Amino acid sequence: MSQLNFSGDEILETIRMVRTEQLDIRTITVGISLFDCVSDSCDTLCRNVYEKVTSIARDLHRVSAELSREFGLPIVNNRIAVTPVSLIAGRCNREELLRVAQTLDSAAHAVQVDFIGGFTAHVEKGMSTIDANLIAAIPQALAATRRVCASVNIGSTRAGLNMDAIAEMGHVIRRTAEATAAQSSIGCAKLVVFCNAVEDNPFMAGAFHGASEADRIVNVGVSGPGVVLKALQAAGDVDFGTLTAIIRRTAFKITRAGELIGRAASARLGIPFGIVDLSLAPTPAEGDSVARILEEIGLEQVGTHGSTAALALLNDAVKKGGAMASSYVGGLSGAFIPLSEDAGMIDAARQGTISIDKLEAMTAVCSVGLDMIVIPGDTPAETLAAIIADEAAIGMINRKTTATRLIPAISRKVGDWVDFGGLLGRAPVIPVNTRSSRRFIARGGRIPSPLQALGN
Amino acid sequence: MADVQKTPPAGILSGRAIVTIIGADRVGIIAGIAAVIAEANVNILDISQSVIREFFTMIMMVDLGGATVSFDELSDRLARKGAELSVRVEIQREEIFKAMHRI
Repeated sequence: MSQLNFSGDEILETIRMVRTEQLDIRTITVGISLFDCVSDSCDTLCRNVYEKVTSIARDLHRVSAELSREFGLPIVNNRIAVTPVSLIAGRCNREELLRVAQTLDSAAHAVQVDFIGGFTAHVEKGMSTIDANLIAAIPQALAATRRVCASVNIGSTRAGLNMDAIAEMGHVIRRTAEATAAQSSIGCAKLVVFCNAVEDNPFMAGAFHGASEADRIVNVGVSGPGVVLKALQAAGDVDFGTLTAIIRRTAFKITRAGELIGRAASARLGIPFGIVDLSLAPTPAEGDSVARILEEIGLEQVGTHGSTAALALLNDAVKKGGAMASSYVGGLSGAFIPLSEDAGMIDAARQGTISIDKLEAMTAVCSVGLDMIVIPGDTPAETLAAIIADEAAIGMINRKTTATRLIPAISRKVGDWVDFGGLLGRAPVIPVNTRSSRRFIARGGRIPSPLQALGN
Repeated sequence: MADVQKTPPAGILSGRAIVTIIGADRVGIIAGIAAVIAEANVNILDISQSVIREFFTMIMMVDLGGATVSFDELSDRLARKGAELSVRVEIQREEIFKAMHRI
Protein backbone atom coordinates (compact mmCIF):
# COMPACT_ATOMS: atom_id res chain seq x y z
CA MET A 1 0.00 0.00 0.00
CA SER A 2 2.04 2.92 -1.21
CA GLN A 3 -0.43 5.77 -0.82
CA LEU A 4 -2.33 4.52 2.18
CA ASN A 5 -0.43 5.77 5.18
CA PHE A 6 -2.55 4.05 7.77
CA SER A 7 -3.24 0.47 8.56
CA GLY A 8 -6.74 -0.87 8.28
CA ASP A 9 -6.73 -1.40 12.04
CA GLU A 10 -5.98 2.25 12.70
CA ILE A 11 -8.72 3.43 10.40
CA LEU A 12 -11.23 1.05 11.89
CA GLU A 13 -10.18 2.04 15.40
CA THR A 14 -11.07 5.67 14.71
CA ILE A 15 -14.38 4.67 13.19
CA ARG A 16 -15.17 2.41 16.12
CA MET A 17 -14.38 5.17 18.61
CA VAL A 18 -17.00 7.34 16.99
CA ARG A 19 -19.59 4.70 16.19
CA THR A 20 -19.68 2.65 19.34
CA GLU A 21 -17.69 4.51 21.97
CA GLN A 22 -19.25 7.98 21.70
CA LEU A 23 -16.08 9.81 20.81
CA ASP A 24 -17.13 13.30 19.99
CA ILE A 25 -16.06 16.88 19.96
CA ARG A 26 -18.18 18.23 22.76
CA THR A 27 -17.99 21.82 21.71
CA ILE A 28 -16.47 24.38 19.44
CA THR A 29 -16.59 27.53 21.50
CA VAL A 30 -15.86 30.88 19.91
CA GLY A 31 -14.63 33.44 22.39
CA ILE A 32 -15.56 37.02 21.57
CA SER A 33 -14.32 40.14 23.28
CA LEU A 34 -17.04 42.71 23.89
CA PHE A 35 -14.75 45.49 25.10
CA ASP A 36 -15.27 47.48 21.90
CA CYS A 37 -19.06 47.31 22.39
CA VAL A 38 -18.97 49.53 25.46
CA SER A 39 -21.28 52.53 25.42
CA ASP A 40 -22.84 54.86 27.95
CA SER A 41 -26.23 53.99 26.57
CA CYS A 42 -27.64 50.52 27.16
CA ASP A 43 -29.40 50.60 23.78
CA THR A 44 -26.15 51.21 21.95
CA LEU A 45 -24.36 48.61 24.06
CA CYS A 46 -26.98 45.98 23.22
CA ARG A 47 -26.91 46.87 19.54
CA ASN A 48 -23.10 46.67 19.45
CA VAL A 49 -23.11 43.34 21.28
CA TYR A 50 -25.69 41.84 18.96
CA GLU A 51 -23.86 43.02 15.85
CA LYS A 52 -20.47 41.83 17.00
CA VAL A 53 -21.59 38.42 18.20
CA THR A 54 -23.71 37.68 15.16
CA SER A 55 -21.08 38.84 12.70
CA ILE A 56 -18.15 36.91 14.24
CA ALA A 57 -20.11 33.72 14.87
CA ARG A 58 -22.13 33.96 11.67
CA ASP A 59 -20.51 30.90 10.06
CA LEU A 60 -19.94 28.82 13.18
CA HIS A 61 -22.95 26.57 12.75
CA ARG A 62 -22.25 25.91 9.06
CA VAL A 63 -18.51 25.34 9.51
CA SER A 64 -19.08 23.03 12.43
CA ALA A 65 -21.52 20.91 10.42
CA GLU A 66 -19.05 20.80 7.51
CA LEU A 67 -16.16 19.69 9.71
CA SER A 68 -18.25 17.10 11.45
CA ARG A 69 -19.16 15.65 8.06
CA GLU A 70 -15.71 15.80 6.53
CA PHE A 71 -13.83 14.26 9.45
CA GLY A 72 -16.58 11.88 10.48
CA LEU A 73 -16.59 13.18 14.06
CA PRO A 74 -19.77 14.38 15.75
CA ILE A 75 -19.58 17.95 17.04
CA VAL A 76 -22.22 18.04 19.73
CA ASN A 77 -22.47 21.73 20.57
CA ASN A 78 -21.49 25.09 19.17
CA ARG A 79 -21.07 27.75 21.78
CA ILE A 80 -20.02 31.32 22.31
CA ALA A 81 -18.15 32.76 25.26
CA VAL A 82 -18.11 36.53 25.68
CA THR A 83 -16.28 39.00 27.88
CA PRO A 84 -17.82 39.00 31.35
CA VAL A 85 -20.81 41.32 31.11
CA SER A 86 -19.79 42.95 34.40
CA LEU A 87 -16.73 44.36 32.60
CA ILE A 88 -18.58 45.95 29.70
CA ALA A 89 -21.86 47.13 31.20
CA GLY A 90 -20.60 49.37 33.97
CA ARG A 91 -23.42 51.87 33.74
CA CYS A 92 -26.30 49.41 33.47
CA ASN A 93 -28.83 48.95 36.23
CA ARG A 94 -30.53 45.64 36.95
CA GLU A 95 -33.26 46.01 34.33
CA GLU A 96 -30.76 47.03 31.70
CA LEU A 97 -28.57 44.04 32.54
CA LEU A 98 -31.58 41.87 31.90
CA ARG A 99 -31.77 43.41 28.44
CA VAL A 100 -28.10 42.63 27.87
CA ALA A 101 -28.83 38.99 28.79
CA GLN A 102 -31.75 38.92 26.38
CA THR A 103 -29.56 40.44 23.67
CA LEU A 104 -27.00 37.67 24.18
CA ASP A 105 -29.79 35.11 24.01
CA SER A 106 -31.19 36.45 20.76
CA ALA A 107 -27.72 36.73 19.23
CA ALA A 108 -27.06 33.10 20.17
CA HIS A 109 -30.40 32.14 18.68
CA ALA A 110 -29.67 34.05 15.47
CA VAL A 111 -26.43 32.17 14.83
CA GLN A 112 -27.86 28.86 16.05
CA VAL A 113 -25.45 28.18 18.88
CA ASP A 114 -26.48 26.06 21.83
CA PHE A 115 -25.19 28.22 24.66
CA ILE A 116 -23.64 31.62 25.21
CA GLY A 117 -21.61 32.12 28.37
CA GLY A 118 -20.38 35.32 29.95
CA PHE A 119 -23.16 36.69 32.13
CA THR A 120 -20.34 36.74 34.58
CA ALA A 121 -18.84 38.68 37.45
CA HIS A 122 -15.53 38.28 39.25
CA VAL A 123 -15.87 39.21 42.87
CA GLU A 124 -13.21 37.16 44.64
CA LYS A 125 -11.81 40.22 46.39
CA GLY A 126 -14.74 42.59 46.43
CA MET A 127 -17.92 43.60 44.71
CA SER A 128 -18.49 46.78 42.73
CA THR A 129 -21.93 48.21 42.02
CA ILE A 130 -22.07 46.64 38.59
CA ASP A 131 -21.06 43.25 40.04
CA ALA A 132 -23.81 43.50 42.64
CA ASN A 133 -26.35 44.51 39.98
CA LEU A 134 -25.33 41.68 37.70
CA ILE A 135 -25.48 39.08 40.46
CA ALA A 136 -28.90 40.35 41.49
CA ALA A 137 -30.08 40.10 37.89
CA ILE A 138 -28.99 36.47 37.47
CA PRO A 139 -32.22 34.72 38.56
CA GLN A 140 -34.37 36.76 36.19
CA ALA A 141 -31.79 36.63 33.40
CA LEU A 142 -31.65 32.84 33.53
CA ALA A 143 -35.41 32.52 33.76
CA ALA A 144 -36.00 34.88 30.83
CA THR A 145 -33.43 33.34 28.46
CA ARG A 146 -32.74 29.86 27.14
CA ARG A 147 -29.14 29.90 26.03
CA VAL A 148 -27.45 32.32 28.40
CA CYS A 149 -25.12 30.89 31.04
CA ALA A 150 -23.97 32.77 34.11
CA SER A 151 -20.95 32.36 36.34
CA VAL A 152 -19.57 34.14 39.36
CA ASN A 153 -16.02 33.80 40.64
CA ILE A 154 -16.12 34.13 44.42
CA GLY A 155 -12.62 33.09 45.37
CA SER A 156 -9.08 32.50 44.25
CA THR A 157 -5.78 31.32 45.68
CA ARG A 158 -4.48 34.89 45.29
CA ALA A 159 -7.42 36.71 46.82
CA GLY A 160 -8.97 34.27 49.26
CA LEU A 161 -12.71 33.77 49.53
CA ASN A 162 -15.24 36.58 49.43
CA MET A 163 -17.65 35.24 52.02
CA ASP A 164 -20.12 38.09 51.49
CA ALA A 165 -20.37 37.12 47.84
CA ILE A 166 -20.66 33.45 48.78
CA ALA A 167 -23.52 34.26 51.17
CA GLU A 168 -25.20 36.25 48.43
CA MET A 169 -24.79 33.37 45.93
CA GLY A 170 -26.70 31.11 48.31
CA HIS A 171 -29.68 33.42 47.90
CA VAL A 172 -29.15 33.87 44.16
CA ILE A 173 -29.18 30.09 43.62
CA ARG A 174 -32.40 29.82 45.62
CA ARG A 175 -34.03 32.67 43.69
CA THR A 176 -32.91 31.13 40.40
CA ALA A 177 -34.41 27.80 41.44
CA GLU A 178 -37.66 29.52 42.34
CA ALA A 179 -37.77 31.59 39.15
CA THR A 180 -37.51 28.38 37.09
CA ALA A 181 -39.42 26.10 39.47
CA ALA A 182 -41.85 25.12 36.72
CA GLN A 183 -38.97 23.66 34.68
CA SER A 184 -37.42 21.63 37.53
CA SER A 185 -35.36 24.68 38.57
CA ILE A 186 -33.31 24.32 35.39
CA GLY A 187 -32.00 27.89 35.72
CA CYS A 188 -29.53 26.59 38.30
CA ALA A 189 -28.03 24.26 35.69
CA LYS A 190 -26.90 27.40 33.85
CA LEU A 191 -25.22 29.00 36.86
CA VAL A 192 -21.73 28.14 38.07
CA VAL A 193 -19.98 29.49 41.15
CA PHE A 194 -16.21 29.33 40.71
CA CYS A 195 -13.05 29.51 42.67
CA ASN A 196 -10.01 30.15 40.43
CA ALA A 197 -12.12 30.43 37.26
CA VAL A 198 -10.17 29.98 34.02
CA GLU A 199 -10.46 32.42 31.14
CA ASP A 200 -10.39 30.02 28.21
CA ASN A 201 -12.70 27.24 29.35
CA PRO A 202 -14.95 26.18 26.45
CA PHE A 203 -17.31 24.14 28.63
CA MET A 204 -20.62 25.43 29.90
CA ALA A 205 -22.06 26.70 32.04
CA GLY A 206 -18.80 28.30 33.12
CA ALA A 207 -17.40 29.57 29.83
CA PHE A 208 -16.54 33.23 29.46
CA HIS A 209 -14.00 35.09 27.35
CA GLY A 210 -11.43 36.37 29.82
CA ALA A 211 -10.18 39.93 29.87
CA SER A 212 -6.68 38.81 28.90
CA GLU A 213 -7.88 37.04 25.75
CA ALA A 214 -7.58 38.28 22.17
CA ASP A 215 -10.46 39.89 20.28
CA ARG A 216 -11.70 36.51 19.11
CA ILE A 217 -10.56 32.92 19.50
CA VAL A 218 -11.65 29.36 18.78
CA ASN A 219 -11.44 26.88 21.64
CA VAL A 220 -12.37 23.24 21.41
CA GLY A 221 -13.58 20.89 24.11
CA VAL A 222 -13.18 17.20 23.44
CA SER A 223 -14.84 14.39 25.26
CA GLY A 224 -14.56 10.63 25.20
CA PRO A 225 -15.07 8.72 28.46
CA GLY A 226 -16.51 5.87 26.37
CA VAL A 227 -13.26 5.47 24.47
CA VAL A 228 -11.20 5.29 27.67
CA LEU A 229 -13.68 2.82 29.16
CA LYS A 230 -13.47 0.47 26.16
CA ALA A 231 -9.68 0.60 26.13
CA LEU A 232 -9.54 -0.32 29.82
CA GLN A 233 -12.09 -3.10 29.39
CA ALA A 234 -9.99 -4.58 26.62
CA ALA A 235 -6.88 -4.48 28.81
CA GLY A 236 -8.35 -6.43 31.73
CA ASP A 237 -6.60 -6.70 35.11
CA VAL A 238 -3.34 -4.92 34.36
CA ASP A 239 -1.31 -3.11 37.02
CA PHE A 240 -1.55 0.63 37.59
CA GLY A 241 1.46 1.50 35.46
CA THR A 242 -0.05 -0.22 32.44
CA LEU A 243 -3.47 1.20 33.26
CA THR A 244 -2.23 4.78 33.22
CA ALA A 245 -0.31 4.13 30.02
CA ILE A 246 -3.55 3.04 28.32
CA ILE A 247 -5.39 6.12 29.55
CA ARG A 248 -2.54 8.38 28.44
CA ARG A 249 -2.45 6.85 24.97
CA THR A 250 -6.20 7.16 24.57
CA ALA A 251 -6.23 10.74 25.84
CA PHE A 252 -3.47 11.53 23.37
CA LYS A 253 -5.51 10.34 20.39
CA ILE A 254 -8.63 12.13 21.52
CA THR A 255 -6.75 15.37 22.04
CA ARG A 256 -5.13 15.15 18.62
CA ALA A 257 -8.56 14.80 17.06
CA GLY A 258 -9.67 17.86 19.02
CA GLU A 259 -6.70 19.90 17.94
CA LEU A 260 -7.29 19.01 14.30
CA ILE A 261 -10.91 20.13 14.50
CA GLY A 262 -9.88 23.29 16.34
CA ARG A 263 -7.29 24.22 13.74
CA ALA A 264 -9.59 23.43 10.85
CA ALA A 265 -12.40 25.47 12.44
CA SER A 266 -9.97 28.29 13.07
CA ALA A 267 -8.88 28.33 9.41
CA ARG A 268 -12.40 28.24 8.02
CA LEU A 269 -13.81 30.80 10.42
CA GLY A 270 -10.79 33.07 10.04
CA ILE A 271 -10.50 33.21 13.83
CA PRO A 272 -7.25 32.33 15.64
CA PHE A 273 -7.01 28.98 17.39
CA GLY A 274 -6.86 29.11 21.17
CA ILE A 275 -6.73 25.86 23.10
CA VAL A 276 -7.96 22.30 23.27
CA ASP A 277 -9.66 21.48 26.52
CA LEU A 278 -9.23 17.77 26.98
CA SER A 279 -11.88 16.89 29.47
CA LEU A 280 -13.53 13.56 30.00
CA ALA A 281 -17.02 15.02 29.95
CA PRO A 282 -19.70 12.38 30.37
CA THR A 283 -23.15 12.38 28.84
CA PRO A 284 -26.18 10.51 30.11
CA ALA A 285 -25.72 7.93 27.31
CA GLU A 286 -24.82 4.49 28.67
CA GLY A 287 -21.08 3.86 28.30
CA ASP A 288 -20.22 7.57 28.03
CA SER A 289 -19.58 7.71 31.74
CA VAL A 290 -16.63 8.67 33.93
CA ALA A 291 -18.16 6.67 36.78
CA ARG A 292 -18.01 3.51 34.67
CA ILE A 293 -14.28 4.10 34.09
CA LEU A 294 -13.72 4.28 37.85
CA GLU A 295 -15.73 1.10 38.23
CA GLU A 296 -13.66 -0.58 35.51
CA ILE A 297 -10.54 0.43 37.44
CA GLY A 298 -11.89 -1.84 40.15
CA LEU A 299 -14.66 -0.31 42.23
CA GLU A 300 -17.90 -2.23 42.64
CA GLN A 301 -19.69 1.07 42.40
CA VAL A 302 -18.45 4.64 42.23
CA GLY A 303 -18.57 6.33 45.62
CA THR A 304 -17.10 3.43 47.54
CA HIS A 305 -13.65 3.54 49.16
CA GLY A 306 -10.98 3.94 46.52
CA SER A 307 -13.04 6.31 44.36
CA THR A 308 -10.90 9.33 45.13
CA ALA A 309 -7.66 7.51 44.37
CA ALA A 310 -9.04 6.05 41.14
CA LEU A 311 -10.23 9.48 40.03
CA ALA A 312 -6.87 11.05 40.88
CA LEU A 313 -5.12 8.49 38.71
CA LEU A 314 -7.58 8.99 35.85
CA ASN A 315 -7.42 12.78 35.98
CA ASP A 316 -3.65 12.84 36.02
CA ALA A 317 -3.24 10.32 33.21
CA VAL A 318 -5.71 12.25 31.06
CA LYS A 319 -3.73 15.46 31.57
CA LYS A 320 -0.43 13.77 30.76
CA GLY A 321 -1.73 12.26 27.55
CA GLY A 322 -3.39 15.49 26.52
CA ALA A 323 -0.40 17.68 27.31
CA MET A 324 1.79 15.63 24.97
CA ALA A 325 -0.75 15.81 22.17
CA SER A 326 -1.26 19.52 21.77
CA SER A 327 0.89 22.59 22.23
CA TYR A 328 -2.06 24.50 23.59
CA VAL A 329 -3.93 22.51 26.15
CA GLY A 330 -6.00 24.78 28.33
CA GLY A 331 -9.35 25.32 29.94
CA LEU A 332 -10.16 22.83 32.65
CA SER A 333 -8.60 19.70 31.10
CA GLY A 334 -9.27 16.73 33.34
CA ALA A 335 -12.17 14.54 34.33
CA PHE A 336 -15.63 15.93 35.05
CA ILE A 337 -17.96 14.27 37.53
CA PRO A 338 -21.34 15.93 36.98
CA LEU A 339 -23.91 13.84 38.74
CA SER A 340 -26.97 14.17 36.53
CA GLU A 341 -24.99 13.87 33.28
CA ASP A 342 -23.34 10.53 34.02
CA ALA A 343 -25.27 7.25 33.95
CA GLY A 344 -22.91 5.58 36.45
CA MET A 345 -23.11 8.50 38.88
CA ILE A 346 -26.88 8.50 38.60
CA ASP A 347 -27.02 4.79 39.50
CA ALA A 348 -24.69 5.30 42.44
CA ALA A 349 -26.78 8.22 43.71
CA ARG A 350 -29.97 6.21 43.35
CA GLN A 351 -28.53 3.33 45.33
CA GLY A 352 -27.05 5.62 47.96
CA THR A 353 -23.46 4.59 47.19
CA ILE A 354 -22.33 8.12 46.50
CA SER A 355 -23.01 11.07 48.77
CA ILE A 356 -22.40 14.78 48.46
CA ASP A 357 -19.55 14.38 50.96
CA LYS A 358 -17.77 11.76 48.85
CA LEU A 359 -18.33 13.88 45.75
CA GLU A 360 -16.73 16.81 47.52
CA ALA A 361 -13.69 14.71 48.39
CA MET A 362 -13.42 13.57 44.77
CA THR A 363 -13.46 17.14 43.51
CA ALA A 364 -10.16 17.73 45.31
CA VAL A 365 -8.44 15.55 42.71
CA CYS A 366 -10.36 16.17 39.49
CA SER A 367 -10.81 19.11 37.21
CA VAL A 368 -13.92 20.82 38.46
CA GLY A 369 -16.26 20.47 41.39
CA LEU A 370 -19.70 19.72 42.75
CA ASP A 371 -21.48 19.67 39.44
CA MET A 372 -25.14 19.19 38.54
CA ILE A 373 -26.11 17.96 41.96
CA VAL A 374 -29.81 18.04 42.72
CA ILE A 375 -30.59 18.67 46.38
CA PRO A 376 -33.84 19.21 48.29
CA GLY A 377 -35.84 22.30 47.35
CA ASP A 378 -36.03 23.48 50.93
CA THR A 379 -32.24 23.65 51.39
CA PRO A 380 -31.59 27.00 53.11
CA ALA A 381 -29.52 29.67 51.35
CA GLU A 382 -26.95 29.48 54.17
CA THR A 383 -26.43 25.77 53.56
CA LEU A 384 -25.98 26.42 49.82
CA ALA A 385 -23.45 29.12 50.68
CA ALA A 386 -21.61 26.81 53.06
CA ILE A 387 -21.39 24.09 50.40
CA ILE A 388 -19.95 26.68 48.01
CA ALA A 389 -17.47 27.79 50.68
CA ASP A 390 -16.28 24.22 51.26
CA GLU A 391 -15.80 23.64 47.56
CA ALA A 392 -14.09 26.99 47.04
CA ALA A 393 -11.75 26.29 49.97
CA ILE A 394 -10.58 23.13 48.19
CA GLY A 395 -9.82 25.18 45.09
CA MET A 396 -8.15 28.01 46.98
CA ILE A 397 -5.80 25.80 48.98
CA ASN A 398 -4.95 23.44 46.12
CA ARG A 399 -4.44 26.19 43.51
CA LYS A 400 -7.04 24.66 41.23
CA THR A 401 -10.35 25.52 39.71
CA THR A 402 -13.38 24.35 41.61
CA ALA A 403 -16.94 25.00 40.63
CA THR A 404 -20.29 24.49 42.22
CA ARG A 405 -23.44 23.89 40.23
CA LEU A 406 -26.17 23.00 42.70
CA ILE A 407 -29.82 22.63 41.90
CA PRO A 408 -32.13 22.98 44.89
CA ALA A 409 -35.16 21.59 43.04
CA ILE A 410 -38.13 23.51 44.36
CA SER A 411 -40.77 21.35 46.12
CA ARG A 412 -38.75 18.16 45.58
CA LYS A 413 -37.63 15.90 48.40
CA VAL A 414 -34.81 13.39 48.80
CA GLY A 415 -35.41 10.46 46.45
CA ASP A 416 -37.59 12.39 43.97
CA TRP A 417 -36.33 12.42 40.40
CA VAL A 418 -35.62 15.51 38.36
CA ASP A 419 -35.28 15.34 34.59
CA PHE A 420 -33.61 18.20 32.69
CA GLY A 421 -33.49 16.48 29.33
CA GLY A 422 -30.67 16.35 26.78
CA LEU A 423 -27.07 16.66 27.88
CA LEU A 424 -28.09 17.90 31.32
CA GLY A 425 -29.59 14.51 32.13
CA ARG A 426 -31.63 13.42 35.13
CA ALA A 427 -30.89 12.72 38.75
CA PRO A 428 -32.39 11.76 42.08
CA VAL A 429 -32.49 14.41 44.78
CA ILE A 430 -29.70 13.57 47.23
CA PRO A 431 -29.57 14.67 50.85
CA VAL A 432 -27.43 17.44 52.29
CA ASN A 433 -26.42 17.78 55.90
CA THR A 434 -29.37 19.39 57.68
CA ARG A 435 -27.40 20.90 60.58
CA SER A 436 -27.25 24.67 60.19
CA SER A 437 -24.31 26.70 58.88
CA ARG A 438 -26.15 29.96 59.49
CA ARG A 439 -23.81 31.45 62.07
CA PHE A 440 -20.77 30.63 59.95
CA ILE A 441 -22.16 32.33 56.87
CA ALA A 442 -23.52 35.31 58.82
CA ARG A 443 -20.04 36.38 59.95
CA GLY A 444 -19.38 38.19 56.67
CA GLY A 445 -16.13 39.54 55.29
CA ARG A 446 -13.39 37.59 53.57
CA ILE A 447 -11.44 34.45 54.28
CA PRO A 448 -7.91 35.76 53.73
CA SER A 449 -5.75 34.46 50.93
CA PRO A 450 -3.78 31.45 52.10
CA LEU A 451 -0.07 31.06 52.56
CA GLN A 452 -0.03 29.50 49.08
CA ALA A 453 -0.73 32.98 47.67
CA LEU A 454 2.52 34.39 49.02
CA GLY A 455 4.70 33.03 46.24
CA ASN A 456 6.57 36.17 45.31
CA MET B 1 -19.52 23.12 -8.14
CA ALA B 2 -15.93 22.68 -7.16
CA ASP B 3 -16.82 23.39 -3.57
CA VAL B 4 -14.25 20.90 -2.50
CA GLN B 5 -11.38 22.93 -3.89
CA LYS B 6 -12.75 26.10 -2.43
CA THR B 7 -13.57 25.19 1.16
CA PRO B 8 -10.36 23.63 2.47
CA PRO B 9 -7.98 26.41 3.33
CA ALA B 10 -4.54 26.16 1.83
CA GLY B 11 -1.85 24.51 3.87
CA ILE B 12 -4.18 22.72 6.24
CA LEU B 13 -5.87 19.95 4.33
CA SER B 14 -4.31 17.64 1.78
CA GLY B 15 -7.49 17.08 -0.22
CA ARG B 16 -7.16 13.35 0.25
CA ALA B 17 -9.79 11.30 1.98
CA ILE B 18 -10.33 7.75 3.20
CA VAL B 19 -13.41 5.84 2.10
CA THR B 20 -14.31 2.92 4.34
CA ILE B 21 -16.82 0.28 3.37
CA ILE B 22 -17.95 -2.25 5.91
CA GLY B 23 -20.66 -4.86 5.48
CA ALA B 24 -21.61 -8.36 4.43
CA ASP B 25 -19.68 -9.53 1.37
CA ARG B 26 -21.58 -9.64 -1.93
CA VAL B 27 -21.04 -9.17 -5.65
CA GLY B 28 -20.56 -5.67 -6.94
CA ILE B 29 -19.58 -3.66 -3.88
CA ILE B 30 -16.31 -2.34 -5.29
CA ALA B 31 -17.82 -1.72 -8.71
CA GLY B 32 -20.76 0.18 -7.26
CA ILE B 33 -18.73 2.42 -4.97
CA ALA B 34 -15.98 2.99 -7.53
CA ALA B 35 -18.59 4.12 -10.04
CA VAL B 36 -19.89 6.79 -7.67
CA ILE B 37 -16.36 7.98 -7.08
CA ALA B 38 -15.46 8.07 -10.76
CA GLU B 39 -18.65 9.96 -11.58
CA ALA B 40 -17.53 12.72 -9.24
CA ASN B 41 -14.16 12.81 -10.99
CA VAL B 42 -12.43 11.72 -7.82
CA ASN B 43 -9.25 9.73 -8.29
CA ILE B 44 -8.70 6.50 -6.38
CA LEU B 45 -5.09 6.42 -5.20
CA ASP B 46 -5.09 3.12 -3.40
CA ILE B 47 -7.37 0.31 -2.34
CA SER B 48 -7.02 -2.33 0.33
CA GLN B 49 -9.66 -4.91 1.03
CA SER B 50 -10.10 -7.82 3.31
CA VAL B 51 -12.82 -10.22 4.26
CA ILE B 52 -12.63 -10.98 7.95
CA ARG B 53 -15.06 -13.80 8.68
CA GLU B 54 -18.08 -12.82 6.63
CA PHE B 55 -17.39 -9.11 6.97
CA PHE B 56 -16.12 -7.24 4.02
CA THR B 57 -13.88 -4.26 4.73
CA MET B 58 -12.56 -2.05 2.01
CA ILE B 59 -10.46 1.02 2.55
CA MET B 60 -9.74 3.44 -0.28
CA MET B 61 -7.54 6.48 -0.39
CA VAL B 62 -8.98 9.03 -2.79
CA ASP B 63 -7.87 12.42 -4.09
CA LEU B 64 -10.54 15.09 -4.07
CA GLY B 65 -8.38 17.54 -6.01
CA GLY B 66 -10.34 17.30 -9.25
CA ALA B 67 -13.73 16.63 -7.72
CA THR B 68 -16.71 18.07 -9.55
CA VAL B 69 -19.02 17.88 -6.54
CA SER B 70 -18.77 19.13 -2.98
CA PHE B 71 -17.61 16.91 -0.13
CA ASP B 72 -21.14 16.85 1.25
CA GLU B 73 -22.62 15.80 -2.06
CA LEU B 74 -20.06 13.03 -2.53
CA SER B 75 -20.65 11.84 1.01
CA ASP B 76 -24.42 11.73 0.36
CA ARG B 77 -24.01 9.82 -2.89
CA LEU B 78 -21.73 7.28 -1.24
CA ALA B 79 -24.15 6.80 1.63
CA ARG B 80 -27.03 6.27 -0.83
CA LYS B 81 -25.04 3.75 -2.84
CA GLY B 82 -23.99 2.03 0.38
CA ALA B 83 -27.61 1.69 1.46
CA GLU B 84 -28.42 0.18 -1.94
CA LEU B 85 -25.64 -2.37 -1.48
CA SER B 86 -26.44 -2.96 2.21
CA VAL B 87 -22.99 -1.82 3.33
CA ARG B 88 -21.91 1.13 5.43
CA VAL B 89 -19.80 3.65 3.57
CA GLU B 90 -17.97 6.52 5.21
CA ILE B 91 -15.72 9.15 3.74
CA GLN B 92 -13.44 11.13 5.99
CA ARG B 93 -10.58 13.47 5.29
CA GLU B 94 -7.29 11.68 5.89
CA GLU B 95 -6.12 14.25 8.45
CA ILE B 96 -8.27 12.76 11.16
CA PHE B 97 -6.35 9.48 10.92
CA LYS B 98 -3.03 11.26 10.67
CA ALA B 99 -3.83 13.27 13.80
CA MET B 100 -4.88 10.27 15.84
CA HIS B 101 -2.35 7.69 14.72
CA ARG B 102 0.78 9.55 13.67
CA ILE B 103 3.00 11.85 15.66
